[in-house]
Amino acid sequence: MSMTESSRREWLLTDHPASRRQARLGQMYRTWLTFRQNRLAMVGLGIVVLLVLVAIFADLIAPYDPLISGDLRTARLLPPSWNHPMGTDEQARDIFSRVVYGSRLTLMVVALVAIIATPIGLLVGTTAGYFGGWVDIILMRITDIFLAFPRLILALAFVAALGPGIENAIIAIAITSWPPYARLARAETLTIRDTDYIAAIRLQGASSARIISGHVVPLCLSSVIIRVTLDMAGIILTAAGLGFLGLGAQPPQPEWGAMIAAGRRFLIDFWWVATMPGIAIFAVSLGFNLLGDGLRDVLDPKGRG
Amino acid sequence: MALLNSCDLEVTFTKGSEHVQAVRGVSFEVAEGESYGIVGESGSGKSTVLRAICGLAPVTGGSIRVDGQQLVGARRPDFYRKVQMVFQDPYASLHPRHTVDRVLSEPLAIHGFADRETRVEQALEDVGLGQGFRFRYPHQLSGGQRQRVAIARALILEPRILLLDEPTSALDASIQAEVLNLLDRIRSERGLTYVLVSHDLSVVAHMCERLMVMQHGQAVEEMTRESLQARNAAQDYTRKLLTASLGYRAAQEEQAS
Amino acid sequence: MTDLLTVQNLRIAFPSRHGPVEVVRGVSFAMGKERLGIVGESGSGKSLTGRAILGLTPPPGKATAEKLEFDGIDLREATRSQWHDIRGERISMVMQDPKFSLNPVMTIGRQLMETYRTHRRSTRAEAHERGLEMLNAVQIRDPDRVMNAYPHELSGGMGQRAMIAMMLVTEPELLIADEPTSALDVTVQIEVLRILDRLVSDRGMGLIFISHDLRLVSSFCDRVLVMYAGQVVEEVKATDLANASHPYTKGLFNCLPRIEGGQRPLPILERDADWAL
Repeated sequence: MSMTESSRREWLLTDHPASRRQARLGQMYRTWLTFRQNRLAMVGLGIVVLLVLVAIFADLIAPYDPLISGDLRTARLLPPSWNHPMGTDEQARDIFSRVVYGSRLTLMVVALVAIIATPIGLLVGTTAGYFGGWVDIILMRITDIFLAFPRLILALAFVAALGPGIENAIIAIAITSWPPYARLARAETLTIRDTDYIAAIRLQGASSARIISGHVVPLCLSSVIIRVTLDMAGIILTAAGLGFLGLGAQPPQPEWGAMIAAGRRFLIDFWWVATMPGIAIFAVSLGFNLLGDGLRDVLDPKGRG
Repeated sequence: MALLNSCDLEVTFTKGSEHVQAVRGVSFEVAEGESYGIVGESGSGKSTVLRAICGLAPVTGGSIRVDGQQLVGARRPDFYRKVQMVFQDPYASLHPRHTVDRVLSEPLAIHGFADRETRVEQALEDVGLGQGFRFRYPHQLSGGQRQRVAIARALILEPRILLLDEPTSALDASIQAEVLNLLDRIRSERGLTYVLVSHDLSVVAHMCERLMVMQHGQAVEEMTRESLQARNAAQDYTRKLLTASLGYRAAQEEQAS
Repeated sequence: MTDLLTVQNLRIAFPSRHGPVEVVRGVSFAMGKERLGIVGESGSGKSLTGRAILGLTPPPGKATAEKLEFDGIDLREATRSQWHDIRGERISMVMQDPKFSLNPVMTIGRQLMETYRTHRRSTRAEAHERGLEMLNAVQIRDPDRVMNAYPHELSGGMGQRAMIAMMLVTEPELLIADEPTSALDVTVQIEVLRILDRLVSDRGMGLIFISHDLRLVSSFCDRVLVMYAGQVVEEVKATDLANASHPYTKGLFNCLPRIEGGQRPLPILERDADWAL
């Protein structure tokens, strides 16, 4: 076992890879080795992985149904106990089960925003940076306009127009979160654009689309990923804020922000109702921040000095 | 007829309201199969001439002809199959996230070559790197190996003209000898035409049959290798360069006499 | 002749995944008020050797030596206040690129005066006078303008000369110059060397000239140490370099192209694994 493990390690770390796949895997393994040395980043990664696992296996983990009320006469606002590890809420639902199912909504928000905002930001930023001139001016002014919208207010307007719901909240958040990525990608592109290796590929007759997608984007990607990861905490909080205001996920959906809003009324006497989802938001936000910091140490070539 | 012809070439960079004339009317001809050197100190515009030929610097006056055709505006794809360039700093001219394999196969993909695998293998052999280097990243290579990859990349489209911008000035002396030998061998094997830019007179004397000395964006004088070796310079500036190249002690003595 | 600097068995090691790796492995030399050249290719340990003398080994590297003595002072055991009296005052260092060694937001004059006044008690007027004198000494034609200029306003050669002036304002007894002319054009290079040369012969300064350029070093220094893989493989009188005995030195010398023309193809330096033992 240890024998095969050490030979696998050698295979990954060799300076003479024999195939494309080996070269790529080796590169990834090296990055992983650096990342692994950062304790806090590993904690962050652990929290994020836990979030994903909880979301996937919510059906198995949660002891109760998150939506159906229990016995309203006997099971309302019970304090944490063995039966209800996080207590119950005002409708006699198990808070632990709701927090567990809530991770799915949180994960959906995070994933969708990342999937929508990151490509838009990258595309706008690298295109503006690579071409410069008029393209740059027009694209970056558009970016400025989006950047000028206060996120929560735009989300409010959006939800007001399209009706409340988690999907509309996600779209609103995604629309307001790409401009910083575009700016970041543009700044990176400006430093990459005039390098010899870009000049070299231009001299091979490559089209601008090929240069941007194959040569510029991969170099901007790491800093944008770091930024997105660090922004995740803010995105989760915005989603929670919208839920809190009643504009995001609608009851009885177990969204963490909406749960805090509901528990607010009992905060003094029944602290666990609002606190438990609060802890969940805190933990996940912290996890993404730690992960983002760790990624920065590994991926950002400037930080390495 | 000359394969490469530059006539009163001017390059002016404009930044805001500032204009910098990097090249001010430079004319030269390079015949097919010839190796032509451009020598000068920093800021002489020697590298800019190369960049103007391949479209990386704006031609603001005069003309450049390759194979009799005048180059106007953006270069067409078939231009890059005729003219390729090797850059000065091998640490900056290879994409940090691309393997050697990708660096070499990309130009083949762009120009629609079918037998990419064999061509990449052949290109690596040609520059003296074995197949073991094919899937390495630039950070796994030494400076000399990187420059060999850059040369392989420039050769893979089988150009007729190779523009060499200080190809060895970032390398150690022993590696420089290897790379110069490689370039020399490839030229004689393929009948390539070289335009080599350098600040080092001895490199140019070794590599080129004719050369031009540049200063402040202008041509000072054109010489043959023989007149350079005999130190028969017509201009003061060239003489100054020749004296400086002798090393400190000799330069001191020459100045004293 | 008493030795100005004695280095014995200098070793510099850097930690790595597989334990410490020695990049300088037992370098020894002694020098007086002369021009000593240290030549080697990249990675030979020549620059680290120069830095270690001033106790400036970049972390996490560790330098050890059996003897590291400057004018009777044991540099290994030097205290902070002793270093203060030595660095910049008795031993100075010139780096390759003046852009990284000069403070970009301070005028040359202010930097010159500040360097002088940290080491010598003097009035501003005296320091100013001294600064001008130094700029004159390094052949800057209009020292008044340069005194008031910021580093970015100077050309490469000017910047390097200003840098040398700054290192010399305290009249050090030993100057360590690490590739001081490599970033300069050949014509400027000769001028900078002329300045260094005069300082050695007129003021009796010791000079360690670190460079990759064998030809330049041989034409400038009195004595040359050739370094390979962290060791000194040969010590030779500069004028005898063409008849050096070590195959590495020979190979390095022969593989340079010559204006007069020479071998074609150029002789290749065949590295022998034994050299690195």
